[in-house]
Amino acid sequence: MAGRSIGPGLRTFLIFAALVVIGAALFPSSYFYRVGTLVWINTLSVTGIVVLLGYVGLVSLGHAGFFAIGAYATAILPQYGLPSGVAMLAGIGGAALLALLVGRPILRLSGYYLAIATLGLGMLIWMVLSKEAWLTGGPDGMAVEGMSARNLFKLVGLSLKSAEAWYWVAGGCASLGAALAVNLGHSPWGRALRAIHDSDVAARSLGIDVARAKSAAFVISAVYAAVAGALLALANGYITPDTGGFMHSVEMVTMAVLGGASSVFGALVGALILTALPQVLTVLADYEHMVLGAIMVLTMIAMRRGLVPALAGLWARRRP
Amino acid sequence: MTLEIDGIGISFGGIKAVDGVGFAARPGEVTSIIGPNGAGKTTLFNLISGVYPTAAGTVRIDGRDVTRLPAHLLARAGMARTFQNLQIFPQMTARDNVMTGCHMRERASLLADLLGLPSSRRETAKSRIAAEAALDRAGLAELADRPASELSYGQLKRLEIARALVTGCSILLLDEPAAGCNAVETREVDDLIAAIASEGRTVVLIEHDMRMVMRISARIVVLDQGRKIAEGTPEQIRNDPQVIAAYLGAHGAAEAEAAHG
Repeated sequence: MAGRSIGPGLRTFLIFAALVVIGAALFPSSYFYRVGTLVWINTLSVTGIVVLLGYVGLVSLGHAGFFAIGAYATAILPQYGLPSGVAMLAGIGGAALLALLVGRPILRLSGYYLAIATLGLGMLIWMVLSKEAWLTGGPDGMAVEGMSARNLFKLVGLSLKSAEAWYWVAGGCASLGAALAVNLGHSPWGRALRAIHDSDVAARSLGIDVARAKSAAFVISAVYAAVAGALLALANGYITPDTGGFMHSVEMVTMAVLGGASSVFGALVGALILTALPQVLTVLADYEHMVLGAIMVLTMIAMRRGLVPALAGLWARRRP
Repeated sequence: MTLEIDGIGISFGGIKAVDGVGFAARPGEVTSIIGPNGAGKTTLFNLISGVYPTAAGTVRIDGRDVTRLPAHLLARAGMARTFQNLQIFPQMTARDNVMTGCHMRERASLLADLLGLPSSRRETAKSRIAAEAALDRAGLAELADRPASELSYGQLKRLEIARALVTGCSILLLDEPAAGCNAVETREVDDLIAAIASEGRTVVLIEHDMRMVMRISARIVVLDQGRKIAEGTPEQIRNDPQVIAAYLGAHGAAEAEAAHG
């Protein structure tokens, strides 16, 4: 087997890192760096969905809520004197804690019931963000003060534009996130999660504590979303409650399913297509959404398991 | 470990699917459950292994009451099973299916697994070795890298046995392990089950193949319409007029005779 010596997680990290570098080499302007940053941030949050949906088979329509908790903690807490880094960690910890508390009761549900329960959770978070204007700026959103990625790079003597600096940070985080998810997939816990995906009853009969495993996957995926949210807040310097809205939750799941929910490379491809394609399709003006929708429908009809697994399957069959 | 079942039962919609069944299965022996379709054999397994909550009666392992223990804790108490309607993990390879059976022995933390630490990789390497030994025993060594979805029905039945074995169980419930096997494969499964029992494990077997049942069982429990109608050695069951009349009928009696002769 190829690359047994370097381990699957490290291999994934190197591939992702190479793609981050290749992207940067192709970008002619700051605008491209900004879109690239968004792609990597979305890849990170969708990697969490891969763990939850692809590994365990649980559908969440509320993960934008965890994303927003990461983003808003990073925006709000510095106003009360906390450093950005600490605010970010607090947001991530808060999202994890909420996932742990809410996960136990709602993860007993499955299928549509779980989707609706998580939808409700996401709605609640979105409503708090929209209504508590004194804290969150309400529907108008709020500016994010704080950490500049440029300063991080200045510490090591590199002088980058802000957009470039955030691109590298987001790319690094996405690469790391992908490596962790792949490590998990190849580990004892990962096998337990995939076992639950295929047969709950058999998983239990092998001594797997299904409730605990589902809860762990839910918390992990919430952490991915919260880290991505915190990065977006810092990179954009501005956030609105839409980051926690229903459409954003749907977008995450769509990216995962389109790219192929069973693979972190699927997360990247889904995030790339649904982040970059709308930018490209703006030339079509009024027809943008129609074309985007048609591409998605056709892809899902032709490649039910998502782009990456379907193409990987074709490639495997081509070899004798 | 001795498995003792006493007065166990459950009703579905007012119908008693299993009604007051009791028996004991001893280590080193194969205890078979037979009976016509719909007699409640698989339901009995589902009660014993914690898939269904028992409405009445008790299940004991070496005297310890495990009656309403959830399935994953029963597994930790040493019980493993296979499924009549196949519960494999089709997206995984045959090897990964069996490696999942090593879950209870794997000692890595979630953090170690995420970071891919040496402790996590060591556990995976150990599980891999155990899984390959079990696959070899079940005659599936060459199929280790194949996706489970590509295996035949008979092979999947044996894959489930390998997966259950690798848990290190002392009590093994087998639900129609020879279904879908040809005569040669049935003989192999037969030998495998006898070997498993001879290691001192307690084997409880549901099987329709009467030759196999008569050949390897130490004791046989006969169910009909949810109730136990007979229990005894193969010799006693073969000659029990109630069993012959009420269940085996002319055809079964002839088959039993054939196996005997």
